[in-house]
Amino acid sequence: MSNPATVDGIAIEHLSFAYRSRTGAEVRALDDISLSVPNASFHALLGPSGCGKSTLLYCIGGFLPVTSGSIRTAKGVVTEPGPERGVVFQNFALFPWKTVLQNVLYGLGKRGTKGEQARQRARSFIDLVHLTGFEDSFPSQLSGGMQQRAALARTLAADPDILLMDEPFGALDAQTRRIMQEELLAIWRQTRKTVVFVTHDVAEAVYLADTISVMSARPGRIRQTIAAGFNQEADHGVFKRPAFTELVEHIWELVRAEVDQARGVQAV
Amino acid sequence: MTRTMIRYAPLLILAALWEALTRLGIVPRSLLPPVSDVFAAFVGMLRDGSLLSNAAESFGRGAAGLAAAVLIGFLLGAGMALRPRFHAVIGPLVQAFYPLPKTALVPLVMIWFGLGDIGKIVLIFLGCLLPVTLGTYNGVRGVDRVLVWSARSLGARPREVVLEVMLPAALPQILTGLRTATAFAFLLMVASELIIANNGLGYLIGSLGDNGAYPAMYAAIFTVIALGFCADQAFAALSAHLLRWRA
Repeated sequence: MSNPATVDGIAIEHLSFAYRSRTGAEVRALDDISLSVPNASFHALLGPSGCGKSTLLYCIGGFLPVTSGSIRTAKGVVTEPGPERGVVFQNFALFPWKTVLQNVLYGLGKRGTKGEQARQRARSFIDLVHLTGFEDSFPSQLSGGMQQRAALARTLAADPDILLMDEPFGALDAQTRRIMQEELLAIWRQTRKTVVFVTHDVAEAVYLADTISVMSARPGRIRQTIAAGFNQEADHGVFKRPAFTELVEHIWELVRAEVDQARGVQAV
Repeated sequence: MTRTMIRYAPLLILAALWEALTRLGIVPRSLLPPVSDVFAAFVGMLRDGSLLSNAAESFGRGAAGLAAAVLIGFLLGAGMALRPRFHAVIGPLVQAFYPLPKTALVPLVMIWFGLGDIGKIVLIFLGCLLPVTLGTYNGVRGVDRVLVWSARSLGARPREVVLEVMLPAALPQILTGLRTATAFAFLLMVASELIIANNGLGYLIGSLGDNGAYPAMYAAIFTVIALGFCADQAFAALSAHLLRWRA
Protein backbone atom coordinates (compact mmCIF):
# COMPACT_ATOMS: atom_id res chain seq x y z
CA MET A 1 0.00 0.00 0.00
CA SER A 2 1.56 3.27 -1.08
CA ASN A 3 -1.35 5.36 0.13
CA PRO A 4 -0.24 6.72 3.53
CA ALA A 5 -3.86 7.05 4.63
CA THR A 6 -4.42 3.30 4.65
CA VAL A 7 -3.23 0.71 7.13
CA ASP A 8 -3.54 -2.99 7.76
CA GLY A 9 -6.18 -3.63 10.42
CA ILE A 10 -7.21 -0.55 12.39
CA ALA A 11 -5.11 2.44 13.48
CA ILE A 12 -6.60 4.90 15.96
CA GLU A 13 -4.63 8.07 16.67
CA HIS A 14 -5.35 10.62 19.41
CA LEU A 15 -9.07 10.01 19.17
CA SER A 16 -11.38 12.13 21.31
CA PHE A 17 -15.13 12.13 21.33
CA ALA A 18 -17.37 14.62 23.12
CA TYR A 19 -21.09 15.24 22.92
CA ARG A 20 -23.62 17.64 24.34
CA SER A 21 -25.85 16.24 27.07
CA ARG A 22 -29.52 17.18 27.27
CA THR A 23 -28.69 19.99 29.66
CA GLY A 24 -26.27 21.40 27.07
CA ALA A 25 -23.10 20.53 28.98
CA GLU A 26 -20.21 19.07 27.02
CA VAL A 27 -19.46 15.49 28.02
CA ARG A 28 -16.04 14.11 27.19
CA ALA A 29 -16.62 10.42 26.57
CA LEU A 30 -13.30 9.44 24.99
CA ASP A 31 -10.00 11.19 25.55
CA ASP A 32 -6.85 10.89 23.44
CA ILE A 33 -7.16 7.25 22.51
CA SER A 34 -4.43 5.69 20.41
CA LEU A 35 -4.69 2.04 19.53
CA SER A 36 -3.57 -0.18 16.74
CA VAL A 37 -5.24 -3.48 15.95
CA PRO A 38 -3.21 -5.59 13.51
CA ASN A 39 -4.89 -7.26 10.58
CA ALA A 40 -6.58 -10.60 11.39
CA SER A 41 -6.12 -10.16 15.14
CA PHE A 42 -8.72 -10.28 17.88
CA HIS A 43 -8.77 -7.28 20.21
CA ALA A 44 -10.97 -6.96 23.30
CA LEU A 45 -12.01 -3.67 24.93
CA LEU A 46 -12.61 -4.01 28.66
CA GLY A 47 -13.66 -1.45 31.20
CA PRO A 48 -16.15 -0.36 33.83
CA SER A 49 -19.63 0.40 32.57
CA GLY A 50 -19.91 3.91 31.20
CA CYS A 51 -16.20 4.07 30.30
CA GLY A 52 -17.00 4.61 26.65
CA LYS A 53 -15.91 1.25 25.25
CA SER A 54 -19.10 0.95 23.20
CA THR A 55 -18.71 4.59 22.15
CA LEU A 56 -15.22 3.78 20.87
CA LEU A 57 -16.66 0.86 18.90
CA TYR A 58 -19.38 3.10 17.41
CA CYS A 59 -16.69 5.59 16.38
CA ILE A 60 -14.82 2.80 14.56
CA GLY A 61 -18.14 1.80 13.01
CA GLY A 62 -18.47 5.35 11.68
CA PHE A 63 -21.79 5.91 13.47
CA LEU A 64 -20.51 8.72 15.71
CA PRO A 65 -18.46 11.68 14.44
CA VAL A 66 -15.06 11.89 16.12
CA THR A 67 -14.30 15.21 17.79
CA SER A 68 -10.57 15.04 17.10
CA GLY A 69 -8.00 12.48 16.05
CA SER A 70 -8.51 9.82 13.42
CA ILE A 71 -9.43 6.21 12.75
CA ARG A 72 -7.94 4.53 9.71
CA THR A 73 -8.48 1.16 8.09
CA ALA A 74 -7.38 -0.42 4.82
CA LYS A 75 -10.15 1.66 3.19
CA GLY A 76 -8.73 4.95 4.49
CA VAL A 77 -9.97 7.36 7.14
CA VAL A 78 -13.30 6.38 8.70
CA THR A 79 -15.95 9.05 8.14
CA GLU A 80 -19.15 7.02 7.84
CA PRO A 81 -20.38 3.42 8.17
CA GLY A 82 -19.21 1.04 5.50
CA PRO A 83 -19.69 -2.63 4.63
CA GLU A 84 -15.99 -3.40 5.19
CA ARG A 85 -16.73 -2.86 8.91
CA GLY A 86 -19.44 -5.31 9.99
CA VAL A 87 -21.14 -4.81 13.34
CA VAL A 88 -22.81 -7.19 15.79
CA PHE A 89 -24.86 -5.43 18.47
CA GLN A 90 -25.73 -6.53 21.98
CA ASN A 91 -29.45 -6.60 21.22
CA PHE A 92 -28.90 -8.24 17.83
CA ALA A 93 -30.48 -5.41 15.78
CA LEU A 94 -31.98 -7.89 13.34
CA PHE A 95 -34.68 -6.44 11.10
CA PRO A 96 -37.71 -7.85 12.93
CA TRP A 97 -39.93 -7.73 9.82
CA LYS A 98 -37.53 -9.93 7.86
CA THR A 99 -37.01 -13.66 8.26
CA VAL A 100 -33.57 -15.04 9.12
CA LEU A 101 -32.89 -15.69 5.43
CA GLN A 102 -34.12 -12.23 4.39
CA ASN A 103 -31.95 -10.62 7.07
CA VAL A 104 -28.87 -12.41 5.79
CA LEU A 105 -29.78 -11.62 2.17
CA TYR A 106 -30.05 -7.89 2.94
CA GLY A 107 -26.32 -7.28 3.26
CA LEU A 108 -25.56 -9.62 0.36
CA GLY A 109 -27.94 -7.62 -1.84
CA LYS A 110 -26.20 -4.39 -0.87
CA ARG A 111 -22.89 -5.86 -1.98
CA GLY A 112 -24.37 -6.80 -5.34
CA THR A 113 -24.94 -10.51 -4.79
CA LYS A 114 -28.44 -11.39 -5.98
CA GLY A 115 -30.63 -14.33 -6.91
CA GLU A 116 -29.75 -17.98 -6.43
CA GLN A 117 -26.09 -17.20 -5.79
CA ALA A 118 -27.06 -14.95 -2.88
CA ARG A 119 -29.42 -17.59 -1.49
CA GLN A 120 -26.71 -20.23 -1.58
CA ARG A 121 -24.26 -17.94 0.15
CA ALA A 122 -26.85 -16.93 2.76
CA ARG A 123 -27.67 -20.59 3.45
CA SER A 124 -24.00 -21.44 3.89
CA PHE A 125 -23.63 -18.73 6.56
CA ILE A 126 -26.86 -19.76 8.25
CA ASP A 127 -25.39 -23.25 8.32
CA LEU A 128 -22.10 -21.92 9.72
CA VAL A 129 -23.93 -20.49 12.76
CA HIS A 130 -26.05 -23.68 13.11
CA LEU A 131 -29.40 -22.12 12.23
CA THR A 132 -30.30 -24.44 9.37
CA GLY A 133 -34.03 -25.12 9.51
CA PHE A 134 -34.82 -21.63 10.84
CA GLU A 135 -34.32 -19.73 7.58
CA ASP A 136 -37.96 -18.72 7.40
CA SER A 137 -38.42 -17.85 11.08
CA PHE A 138 -38.90 -14.26 12.17
CA PRO A 139 -36.50 -13.01 14.89
CA SER A 140 -39.39 -12.79 17.38
CA GLN A 141 -39.80 -16.56 17.05
CA LEU A 142 -36.19 -17.27 18.05
CA SER A 143 -34.37 -17.37 21.40
CA GLY A 144 -31.77 -14.72 22.21
CA GLY A 145 -28.89 -17.04 21.34
CA MET A 146 -30.45 -17.93 18.01
CA GLN A 147 -31.10 -14.28 17.20
CA GLN A 148 -27.45 -13.48 17.87
CA ARG A 149 -26.39 -16.36 15.60
CA ALA A 150 -28.62 -14.92 12.89
CA ALA A 151 -27.11 -11.45 13.40
CA LEU A 152 -23.62 -12.95 13.18
CA ALA A 153 -24.54 -14.77 9.96
CA ARG A 154 -25.94 -11.55 8.49
CA THR A 155 -22.75 -9.65 9.29
CA LEU A 156 -20.37 -12.41 8.14
CA ALA A 157 -22.27 -12.95 4.89
CA ALA A 158 -21.55 -9.35 3.88
CA ASP A 159 -17.86 -10.37 4.14
CA PRO A 160 -16.46 -7.42 6.11
CA ASP A 161 -12.68 -7.15 6.72
CA ILE A 162 -13.36 -5.94 10.23
CA LEU A 163 -15.84 -7.32 12.73
CA LEU A 164 -17.00 -4.92 15.46
CA MET A 165 -18.82 -6.66 18.30
CA ASP A 166 -20.60 -4.72 21.05
CA GLU A 167 -21.09 -7.03 24.05
CA PRO A 168 -22.63 -9.52 21.63
CA PHE A 169 -23.16 -12.21 24.26
CA GLY A 170 -24.10 -9.87 27.12
CA ALA A 171 -27.82 -10.50 26.73
CA LEU A 172 -27.48 -14.28 26.68
CA ASP A 173 -27.67 -16.82 29.51
CA ALA A 174 -24.39 -18.27 30.83
CA GLN A 175 -24.58 -21.61 28.98
CA THR A 176 -25.51 -20.07 25.66
CA ARG A 177 -22.74 -17.52 26.12
CA ARG A 178 -20.08 -20.24 26.54
CA ILE A 179 -21.24 -22.07 23.46
CA MET A 180 -21.34 -18.86 21.45
CA GLN A 181 -17.81 -17.96 22.58
CA GLU A 182 -16.48 -21.32 21.36
CA GLU A 183 -18.30 -20.97 18.08
CA LEU A 184 -17.11 -17.43 17.56
CA LEU A 185 -13.51 -18.56 18.05
CA ALA A 186 -14.00 -21.40 15.59
CA ILE A 187 -15.47 -19.00 13.03
CA TRP A 188 -12.71 -16.45 13.64
CA ARG A 189 -10.00 -19.06 13.10
CA GLN A 190 -11.73 -20.03 9.88
CA THR A 191 -12.32 -16.52 8.52
CA ARG A 192 -9.48 -14.51 10.13
CA LYS A 193 -11.33 -11.23 10.38
CA THR A 194 -9.90 -8.33 12.34
CA VAL A 195 -12.11 -8.27 15.43
CA VAL A 196 -12.77 -5.56 18.02
CA PHE A 197 -14.84 -7.07 20.80
CA VAL A 198 -16.37 -4.97 23.60
CA THR A 199 -17.14 -6.80 26.84
CA HIS A 200 -17.25 -6.27 30.58
CA ASP A 201 -16.57 -9.98 31.19
CA VAL A 202 -12.83 -10.36 31.93
CA ALA A 203 -12.74 -14.13 31.41
CA GLU A 204 -14.52 -13.74 28.08
CA ALA A 205 -11.92 -11.21 26.94
CA VAL A 206 -8.99 -13.40 28.02
CA TYR A 207 -10.53 -16.48 26.38
CA LEU A 208 -11.21 -14.80 23.03
CA ALA A 209 -8.64 -12.10 22.43
CA ASP A 210 -5.05 -11.79 21.22
CA THR A 211 -4.76 -8.45 22.97
CA ILE A 212 -6.90 -6.70 25.59
CA SER A 213 -7.18 -2.98 26.28
CA VAL A 214 -8.37 -1.97 29.71
CA MET A 215 -10.13 1.38 29.63
CA SER A 216 -10.40 3.91 32.43
CA ALA A 217 -13.59 5.38 33.81
CA ARG A 218 -14.94 8.45 32.02
CA PRO A 219 -13.44 10.19 30.19
CA GLY A 220 -12.43 6.90 28.56
CA ARG A 221 -8.71 6.43 28.06
CA ILE A 222 -6.73 3.30 27.40
CA ARG A 223 -5.03 2.34 30.68
CA GLN A 224 -3.10 -0.64 29.52
CA THR A 225 -2.95 -3.06 26.61
CA ILE A 226 -2.17 -6.66 27.52
CA ALA A 227 -1.40 -9.71 25.40
CA ALA A 228 -3.57 -12.78 26.08
CA GLY A 229 -3.30 -15.30 23.27
CA PHE A 230 -5.25 -18.22 24.72
CA ASN A 231 -7.49 -18.15 21.67
CA GLN A 232 -5.47 -20.76 19.80
CA GLU A 233 -6.64 -23.47 22.22
CA ALA A 234 -9.37 -25.80 21.15
CA ASP A 235 -11.98 -25.47 23.89
CA HIS A 236 -13.01 -24.15 27.27
CA GLY A 237 -10.35 -26.34 28.95
CA VAL A 238 -8.12 -23.25 29.12
CA PHE A 239 -10.46 -21.80 31.75
CA LYS A 240 -8.83 -24.12 34.32
CA ARG A 241 -5.22 -23.45 33.35
CA PRO A 242 -3.27 -21.52 36.05
CA ALA A 243 -1.85 -19.07 33.48
CA PHE A 244 -5.37 -18.30 32.35
CA THR A 245 -6.82 -17.73 35.80
CA GLU A 246 -3.80 -15.65 36.81
CA LEU A 247 -4.21 -13.35 33.83
CA VAL A 248 -7.96 -13.04 34.50
CA GLU A 249 -7.17 -12.15 38.11
CA HIS A 250 -4.51 -9.62 37.09
CA ILE A 251 -6.79 -7.88 34.57
CA TRP A 252 -9.69 -7.98 36.98
CA GLU A 253 -7.59 -6.03 39.50
CA LEU A 254 -6.92 -3.38 36.84
CA VAL A 255 -10.60 -3.13 35.94
CA ARG A 256 -11.59 -3.04 39.57
CA ALA A 257 -9.20 -0.17 40.27
CA GLU A 258 -11.01 1.75 37.52
CA VAL A 259 -14.42 0.84 38.90
CA ASP A 260 -13.38 2.01 42.36
CA GLN A 261 -11.96 5.21 40.97
CA ALA A 262 -15.19 5.82 39.12
CA ARG A 263 -17.02 5.47 42.41
CA GLY A 264 -14.57 7.81 44.09
CA VAL A 265 -13.24 5.30 46.64
CA GLN A 266 -9.73 3.91 47.22
CA ALA A 267 -9.05 0.35 46.18
CA VAL A 268 -8.82 -1.91 49.20
CA MET B 1 -68.39 -21.05 14.33
CA THR B 2 -69.91 -21.42 17.79
CA ARG B 3 -67.47 -18.80 19.05
CA THR B 4 -68.68 -16.37 16.40
CA MET B 5 -72.27 -17.14 17.42
CA ILE B 6 -71.52 -16.45 21.07
CA ARG B 7 -69.69 -13.26 20.15
CA TYR B 8 -72.65 -11.84 18.25
CA ALA B 9 -75.34 -13.25 20.57
CA PRO B 10 -75.78 -9.90 22.40
CA LEU B 11 -76.65 -8.27 19.06
CA LEU B 12 -79.28 -10.94 18.34
CA ILE B 13 -80.75 -10.52 21.81
CA LEU B 14 -80.88 -6.76 21.31
CA ALA B 15 -82.65 -7.19 17.94
CA ALA B 16 -85.20 -9.56 19.48
CA LEU B 17 -85.82 -7.16 22.36
CA TRP B 18 -86.23 -4.29 19.89
CA GLU B 19 -88.71 -6.27 17.82
CA ALA B 20 -90.73 -7.24 20.92
CA LEU B 21 -90.83 -3.70 22.34
CA THR B 22 -92.11 -2.22 19.08
CA ARG B 23 -94.53 -5.06 18.25
CA LEU B 24 -96.06 -4.92 21.73
CA GLY B 25 -96.48 -1.15 21.41
CA ILE B 26 -94.30 -0.36 24.44
CA VAL B 27 -92.20 1.95 22.21
CA PRO B 28 -94.31 3.90 19.63
CA ARG B 29 -93.61 2.94 16.00
CA SER B 30 -93.26 6.57 15.06
CA LEU B 31 -90.09 6.70 17.14
CA LEU B 32 -88.74 3.26 16.46
CA PRO B 33 -89.93 1.01 13.62
CA PRO B 34 -89.72 -2.77 14.24
CA VAL B 35 -86.53 -4.49 13.14
CA SER B 36 -88.48 -6.56 10.63
CA ASP B 37 -89.71 -3.38 8.93
CA VAL B 38 -86.18 -2.01 8.85
CA PHE B 39 -84.95 -5.24 7.29
CA ALA B 40 -87.74 -5.15 4.70
CA ALA B 41 -86.81 -1.57 3.85
CA PHE B 42 -83.17 -2.64 3.56
CA VAL B 43 -84.05 -5.38 1.07
CA GLY B 44 -86.21 -2.94 -0.89
CA MET B 45 -83.41 -0.40 -1.13
CA LEU B 46 -80.97 -3.10 -2.19
CA ARG B 47 -83.38 -4.12 -4.96
CA ASP B 48 -84.05 -0.63 -6.31
CA GLY B 49 -80.32 0.09 -6.24
CA SER B 50 -80.57 3.28 -4.18
CA LEU B 51 -78.44 1.84 -1.37
CA LEU B 52 -75.61 0.69 -3.63
CA SER B 53 -75.49 3.81 -5.80
CA ASN B 54 -75.39 6.12 -2.77
CA ALA B 55 -72.87 3.90 -1.01
CA ALA B 56 -70.68 4.03 -4.12
CA GLU B 57 -70.80 7.84 -4.12
CA SER B 58 -69.83 7.95 -0.45
CA PHE B 59 -67.11 5.37 -0.91
CA GLY B 60 -65.58 7.37 -3.76
CA ARG B 61 -65.38 10.52 -1.63
CA GLY B 62 -64.11 8.68 1.43
CA ALA B 63 -61.45 6.79 -0.51
CA ALA B 64 -60.24 9.92 -2.35
CA GLY B 65 -59.97 11.98 0.87
CA LEU B 66 -58.33 9.16 2.81
CA ALA B 67 -55.85 8.35 0.04
CA ALA B 68 -54.76 11.99 -0.19
CA ALA B 69 -54.44 12.14 3.61
CA VAL B 70 -52.32 8.98 3.69
CA LEU B 71 -49.94 10.27 1.02
CA ILE B 72 -49.54 13.82 2.38
CA GLY B 73 -49.69 12.72 6.02
CA PHE B 74 -46.94 10.19 5.49
CA LEU B 75 -44.70 12.79 3.82
CA LEU B 76 -45.39 15.38 6.54
CA GLY B 77 -44.81 12.90 9.37
CA ALA B 78 -41.63 11.47 7.88
CA GLY B 79 -40.37 14.97 7.06
CA MET B 80 -41.02 16.15 10.62
CA ALA B 81 -39.22 13.14 12.08
CA LEU B 82 -36.20 13.35 9.78
CA ARG B 83 -35.72 17.10 9.26
CA PRO B 84 -35.55 19.24 12.44
CA ARG B 85 -36.01 22.45 10.44
CA PHE B 86 -39.12 21.14 8.77
CA HIS B 87 -40.39 20.09 12.18
CA ALA B 88 -39.75 23.61 13.53
CA VAL B 89 -42.05 25.02 10.84
CA ILE B 90 -44.75 22.36 10.63
CA GLY B 91 -44.81 21.17 14.27
CA PRO B 92 -46.61 24.23 15.72
CA LEU B 93 -49.20 24.13 12.89
CA VAL B 94 -49.92 20.48 13.61
CA GLN B 95 -50.24 21.19 17.33
CA ALA B 96 -52.63 24.09 16.71
CA PHE B 97 -54.74 22.15 14.24
CA TYR B 98 -54.85 18.92 16.26
CA PRO B 99 -57.52 19.74 18.91
CA LEU B 100 -59.86 21.37 16.38
CA PRO B 101 -63.00 19.26 15.79
CA LYS B 102 -62.85 18.83 12.03
CA THR B 103 -66.66 18.91 11.70
CA ALA B 104 -66.42 22.58 12.69
CA LEU B 105 -64.75 23.12 9.32
CA VAL B 106 -67.76 21.90 7.33
CA PRO B 107 -69.26 25.37 6.60
CA LEU B 108 -65.85 26.87 5.90
CA VAL B 109 -64.80 24.12 3.50
CA MET B 110 -68.17 24.33 1.74
CA ILE B 111 -67.64 28.06 1.15
CA TRP B 112 -64.12 27.54 -0.12
CA PHE B 113 -64.54 24.41 -2.17
CA GLY B 114 -68.22 24.39 -3.02
CA LEU B 115 -71.04 22.03 -2.30
CA GLY B 116 -69.89 19.29 -4.66
CA ASP B 117 -67.50 16.39 -4.26
CA ILE B 118 -64.34 18.50 -3.89
CA GLY B 119 -65.51 20.17 -0.68
CA LYS B 120 -66.34 16.83 0.93
CA ILE B 121 -63.09 15.24 -0.20
CA VAL B 122 -61.15 18.19 1.22
CA LEU B 123 -62.98 17.84 4.51
CA ILE B 124 -62.26 14.12 4.74
CA PHE B 125 -58.65 14.80 3.78
CA LEU B 126 -58.27 17.40 6.54
CA GLY B 127 -59.85 15.12 9.12
CA CYS B 128 -57.69 12.12 8.23
CA LEU B 129 -54.44 14.02 7.75
CA LEU B 130 -53.25 14.39 11.34
CA PRO B 131 -53.72 10.81 12.57
CA VAL B 132 -51.55 9.64 9.66
CA THR B 133 -49.04 12.48 10.14
CA LEU B 134 -48.63 11.86 13.87
CA GLY B 135 -48.56 8.07 13.51
CA THR B 136 -45.78 8.35 10.94
CA TYR B 137 -43.92 11.00 12.94
CA ASN B 138 -43.95 8.99 16.17
CA GLY B 139 -43.18 5.76 14.34
CA VAL B 140 -40.19 7.11 12.42
CA ARG B 141 -38.86 9.02 15.43
CA GLY B 142 -39.04 5.89 17.56
CA VAL B 143 -36.99 3.72 15.20
CA ASP B 144 -34.13 2.12 17.13
CA ARG B 145 -30.89 3.73 15.96
CA VAL B 146 -29.06 0.40 15.93
CA LEU B 147 -31.42 -0.80 13.18
CA VAL B 148 -30.36 2.17 11.07
CA TRP B 149 -26.72 1.56 11.95
CA SER B 150 -27.06 -2.12 11.06
CA ALA B 151 -28.39 -1.26 7.63
CA ARG B 152 -25.70 1.38 7.06
CA SER B 153 -22.89 -0.98 8.06
CA LEU B 154 -24.33 -3.61 5.71
CA GLY B 155 -23.91 -1.13 2.87
CA ALA B 156 -27.24 0.78 2.69
CA ARG B 157 -27.11 4.43 1.62
CA PRO B 158 -28.84 6.96 3.94
CA ARG B 159 -31.59 7.38 1.33
CA GLU B 160 -32.20 3.64 1.14
CA VAL B 161 -32.46 3.42 4.93
CA VAL B 162 -35.64 5.54 4.92
CA LEU B 163 -37.65 3.11 2.81
CA GLU B 164 -35.91 -0.12 3.75
CA VAL B 165 -35.60 0.34 7.52
CA MET B 166 -37.53 3.33 8.85
CA LEU B 167 -40.75 2.69 6.98
CA PRO B 168 -41.14 -0.97 8.01
CA ALA B 169 -39.95 -0.24 11.57
CA ALA B 170 -42.51 2.57 11.85
CA LEU B 171 -45.28 0.53 10.22
CA PRO B 172 -47.07 -0.51 13.44
CA GLN B 173 -47.62 3.11 14.42
CA ILE B 174 -48.40 4.22 10.89
CA LEU B 175 -51.11 1.55 10.74
CA THR B 176 -52.54 2.68 14.10
CA GLY B 177 -52.79 6.21 12.71
CA LEU B 178 -54.35 4.88 9.53
CA ARG B 179 -57.01 3.01 11.48
CA THR B 180 -58.02 6.18 13.33
CA ALA B 181 -58.03 8.03 10.02
CA THR B 182 -60.35 5.43 8.47
CA ALA B 183 -62.84 5.92 11.30
CA PHE B 184 -62.62 9.72 10.83
CA ALA B 185 -63.19 9.29 7.10
CA PHE B 186 -66.53 7.58 7.77
CA LEU B 187 -67.53 10.22 10.31
CA LEU B 188 -66.75 13.18 8.05
CA MET B 189 -68.17 11.51 4.96
CA VAL B 190 -71.58 11.03 6.59
CA ALA B 191 -71.51 14.39 8.41
CA SER B 192 -70.70 16.38 5.27
CA GLU B 193 -73.34 14.54 3.22
CA LEU B 194 -75.93 15.02 5.93
CA ILE B 195 -75.42 18.77 5.87
CA ILE B 196 -75.48 19.29 2.15
CA ALA B 197 -75.42 16.80 -0.73
CA ASN B 198 -77.70 15.26 -3.31
CA ASN B 199 -76.36 11.74 -3.04
CA GLY B 200 -74.34 9.54 -0.71
CA LEU B 201 -75.27 7.57 2.39
CA GLY B 202 -75.36 10.66 4.62
CA TYR B 203 -77.70 12.34 2.18
CA LEU B 204 -79.84 9.19 2.08
CA ILE B 205 -80.19 9.12 5.88
CA GLY B 206 -81.10 12.83 5.98
CA SER B 207 -83.61 12.80 3.15
CA LEU B 208 -85.33 9.60 4.29
CA GLY B 209 -85.65 11.09 7.77
CA ASP B 210 -87.08 14.32 6.36
CA ASN B 211 -89.65 12.33 4.42
CA GLY B 212 -90.65 10.27 7.44
CA ALA B 213 -89.43 7.03 5.87
CA TYR B 214 -88.08 5.80 9.19
CA PRO B 215 -87.61 2.08 8.44
CA ALA B 216 -85.57 3.02 5.36
CA MET B 217 -83.64 5.65 7.33
CA TYR B 218 -82.73 3.05 9.96
CA ALA B 219 -81.72 0.68 7.18
CA ALA B 220 -79.38 3.34 5.75
CA ILE B 221 -77.90 4.01 9.21
CA PHE B 222 -77.27 0.30 9.73
CA THR B 223 -75.65 0.13 6.34
CA VAL B 224 -73.17 2.82 7.40
CA ILE B 225 -72.50 0.96 10.65
CA ALA B 226 -72.03 -2.33 8.82
CA LEU B 227 -69.69 -0.77 6.25
CA GLY B 228 -67.66 0.87 9.01
CA PHE B 229 -67.44 -2.41 10.86
CA CYS B 230 -66.38 -4.30 7.73
CA ALA B 231 -63.77 -1.65 6.87
CA ASP B 232 -62.31 -1.90 10.36
CA GLN B 233 -62.27 -5.69 10.30
CA ALA B 234 -60.62 -5.72 6.89
CA PHE B 235 -58.10 -3.22 8.19
CA ALA B 236 -57.39 -5.34 11.26
CA ALA B 237 -56.85 -8.40 9.04
CA LEU B 238 -54.49 -6.44 6.78
CA SER B 239 -52.55 -5.14 9.80
CA ALA B 240 -52.26 -8.63 11.25
CA HIS B 241 -50.84 -9.83 7.94
CA LEU B 242 -48.40 -6.93 7.51
CA LEU B 243 -47.27 -7.20 11.13
CA ARG B 244 -47.16 -11.00 11.27
CA TRP B 245 -43.49 -10.73 12.22
CA ARG B 246 -44.40 -9.39 15.63
CA ALA B 247 -44.40 -11.79 18.55
